[in-house]
Amino acid sequence: MELYAWLFMRVSGIVLLFLALGHLLVMHVIHNVETIDYQFVAHRFMTPFWRTYDLVMLWLALLHGLNGARTLIEDYVGVRGWRVFSLASLYILGFIFLALGSLVILTFQPVGG
Amino acid sequence: MGYWPSGERDLERAAREPPDSDMTIKPHEYLTYRGKAGMWAWILHRLTGVGVFVFLLAHIVDTALIGWGPAVYNEAVTLYRHPLARIGEVVLAGAVLFHALNGVRIIILDFWPETMAAEKKLFAGVVAVFAVVYVPTAIYMLRFLAH
Repeated sequence: MELYAWLFMRVSGIVLLFLALGHLLVMHVIHNVETIDYQFVAHRFMTPFWRTYDLVMLWLALLHGLNGARTLIEDYVGVRGWRVFSLASLYILGFIFLALGSLVILTFQPVGG
Repeated sequence: MGYWPSGERDLERAAREPPDSDMTIKPHEYLTYRGKAGMWAWILHRLTGVGVFVFLLAHIVDTALIGWGPAVYNEAVTLYRHPLARIGEVVLAGAVLFHALNGVRIIILDFWPETMAAEKKLFAGVVAVFAVVYVPTAIYMLRFLAH
């Protein structure tokens, strides 16, 4: 099982190399926070390309990060009771954010059209 | 013993062994272990990872606000236009970039174990690429400060 987690970190890492750095490039270099607003997002999400891109990026990044956080908890939380609590909280948090993010990306419809 | 103790033998063994908390590494120990560049690479990888992860959680929340319409979302986005946030943005970009580059280094070391001998040179490479990519990008992103 750990082998798959290990492999996932590397594979997702490579894919995220392009997805995440690309996202940064588009959002912060090509455009910037001054120009990003509701219209900008609504326009992007008109095409399935960006919704797919963002959805894949969300899942890979969150799972990659969750696994990383899991490693940190395993490493640094020595007392077993707290470790169980921390891991459980992490998984619940992870699930909630995964669900929330996916919901937004998949169901967003711009207001008034 | 699997992850969880079960049965008589595991429970007896757990009673005999020292508590788990002895196995963790305390922060000050990182300062005395002479791991040099490789250790710092590892520490930075963890720090940047945590930083980006925490940001991601905040980002999912702020993006979710879009469901409440243009008024709410645009209002929230103005937070990100604050100068401190703009600087945070540059720091975030640096964190992502370092984590990505060092990650590539890790992948190289993992899948081509013979490169392990050049581990420190690879880290030097990471730092070099980071500098070449980040410095111009950061300057470009910070140009708003000049206005």
